Amino acid sequence: MGGIPHDHYEPKTNAEKWLDSRLPIVGLLYGTIMIPTPKNLNWMWIWGIVLTFCLALQIVTGIVLVMHYTPHVDLAFASIEHIMRNVNGGHFIRYLHMNGASLFFVAVYAHIFRGLYYGSYKAPREITWIIGMLIYLMMMGTAFMGYVLPWGQMSFWGATVITGLFGAIPFIGEPIQTWLLGGPAVDNATLNRFFSLHYLLPFIIAALVAVHIWAFHTTGNNNPTGVEVRRTSKAEAEKDTVPFWPYFVIKDLFALAVILAVFFAIVGFMPNYLGHPDNYVEANALSTPAHIVPEWYFLPFYAILRAFTGDVWVVMFASWITGGIIDAKFFGVLAMFGAIAVMALAPWLDTSSVRSGRYRPMFKWWFALLVLDFFVLMWAGAMPAEGIYGVISLVASAYWFLYFLIILPLLGVIEKPLPQPETIEEDFKAHYGKAETPAE
Amino acid sequence: MTPMIKKVGIAAVTALGLSASSAMAAGGGGHIEDVDFSFEGPFGKFDPIQLQRGLKVYTEVCSACHGLQYVPIRTLSDEGGPQLPEDQVRAYAGRFEVFDADIDDFRPATPTDHFPKSSLDNAPDLSLMAKKRAGFSGPYGTGMNQLFKGMGGPEYIYSLLTAYEEPPECAPEDFPGSYNKVFGAGGYPDSCKDENGKHTTEGSWIAMAQPLYGDDVEFDDGHAADLHNVSKDVSAFLMWTAEPKMMQRKNAGLTGVIFLTLLSVLLYLTNKRIWAPIKGKKTS
Repeated sequence: MGGIPHDHYEPKTNAEKWLDSRLPIVGLLYGTIMIPTPKNLNWMWIWGIVLTFCLALQIVTGIVLVMHYTPHVDLAFASIEHIMRNVNGGHFIRYLHMNGASLFFVAVYAHIFRGLYYGSYKAPREITWIIGMLIYLMMMGTAFMGYVLPWGQMSFWGATVITGLFGAIPFIGEPIQTWLLGGPAVDNATLNRFFSLHYLLPFIIAALVAVHIWAFHTTGNNNPTGVEVRRTSKAEAEKDTVPFWPYFVIKDLFALAVILAVFFAIVGFMPNYLGHPDNYVEANALSTPAHIVPEWYFLPFYAILRAFTGDVWVVMFASWITGGIIDAKFFGVLAMFGAIAVMALAPWLDTSSVRSGRYRPMFKWWFALLVLDFFVLMWAGAMPAEGIYGVISLVASAYWFLYFLIILPLLGVIEKPLPQPETIEEDFKAHYGKAETPAE
Repeated sequence: MTPMIKKVGIAAVTALGLSASSAMAAGGGGHIEDVDFSFEGPFGKFDPIQLQRGLKVYTEVCSACHGLQYVPIRTLSDEGGPQLPEDQVRAYAGRFEVFDADIDDFRPATPTDHFPKSSLDNAPDLSLMAKKRAGFSGPYGTGMNQLFKGMGGPEYIYSLLTAYEEPPECAPEDFPGSYNKVFGAGGYPDSCKDENGKHTTEGSWIAMAQPLYGDDVEFDDGHAADLHNVSKDVSAFLMWTAEPKMMQRKNAGLTGVIFLTLLSVLLYLTNKRIWAPIKGKKTS
């Protein structure tokens, strides 16, 4: 795999040759694990491993939980309590799964913002970026449906609110909502289909992850300089890169171990901190919670959803120009999905010829503001939709779109980038002095 | 409260800004007292004697109306719980009647049965009360009190039990329920609202009449049974019913943290070693 010249697997013994001519799997694994990787990758390049681990963790703990869970509106809540009280180790496995979702999203947001800062989405890595965005969307779908399964109050009302969003689509909204729910309201049919899909989607994500890795193994990794690996000869490529094994495998595993130590502290000592206590109240269709709040990882987009109320001029304008088809509710839904769509379109919205934010003096500040904006949206999403919070949400939502639709395209034209290093080797040596050639 | 939980808090700093959601639950209500429970912090443990006292309060007072439907009676003898001897658990189970579908009749409960459900329709089940009322912690919905002071559901229960007061004068004499200054979600007379319809007092009227006054039970160990102590003990007991595996969970978490820290150190050294020639440093 890959356009960077490197060693390939050579079957030596007869047995190896026999296998290789029938199924070149050893060569495939060798090529994957020995891929030349830019040697200047920094600590923001560790999240891929963390994410892969999270996917495995969620699938393994999830499969065990399914063995004891009952997807039925009358029994689901009690079956979770059964897991928490009677199943050997069940309480810990469930808390791992619950907080594993949070770790998954911490990692995916770090990974996405890494990509946004170092221009990892730019040519030739657009496909990697788009696949990544699809994975992110599926993660959100999976997490949302998983949250419904314990059948607590937030499960039920979260499901009601989120599926209600689809009901806001003009003309076809209501049939779509009914189709999603399997009936007129959130009920047993909803729980069952969410359960089914919650089990299915992770495996689709796993397949997409393989494609994601395949794509960036074809183009090679980006790196903090954004300068491409030299590929005219193997000797030159080796000056810029080291094989993934053992150099980055060990580095990434070290980072993973540190992150997991923190993760185990949270699971062991404060497993419910990130969750909503109302979800320990069994779902009740007759009692609406005072505040329906999604899990923290949805909050930024939830804030965008709620920001565009009927008294915002863009909403009024959209409503007027479409003859009322786009009302405030539908506008909010469009804004929420649009916020992810503009992010997915970043490869084509960013006009700068320089890939890494490190050499973009103006971009740096706008990007920092975007990160801040993300946290502001997250906080605003948790607050009640009234008073000053509405204004803050609106301003923060506006900046999100401004960044992708105006600032990114414009910066490429007006910004004067700093000089970039000629090669990755040059950047690496600037950090670590004169490198000797590795023994191999 | 303990330095350790602060450490955990710092470790969870990413989570911090993100977790406002957890603090948004109960909504309204008055000041929650920060009670020092023995089980707070990563090394905190349930005190079995306190849980036994709490069980007594539950049995003699709460269970008249409330149930614990998710709690199997046998778990009273579990490690990390009240740790009653098994013969006592058997004797204890016998005081409840449960419906047995097999014989289509009521029979005395055995340890494998669960505690009965609430006998009153509007008395909520208490099995998970300490977990579902953990969300008040402020300030400003940041969950900081939960993180640094270890405040949660048991504090809420304690505060509620000790917050019965004379109703404010604005209320009509016959307004249903009892005034409780911690309970925010109860009934509220119009005569106590201001012109914007906002409540003028922190509390509201709760359907449950004041359950504990102090000296409601007599503890076998001679422990003081004033309102503070009975409320605290029953709150601790209800934390156990909500999170019976807390001790096992903390142990597993601690083991995980220790082993992963060790693994981190080893991987750090390995990483340093293998990169040394690449980075042009001596391997020592």
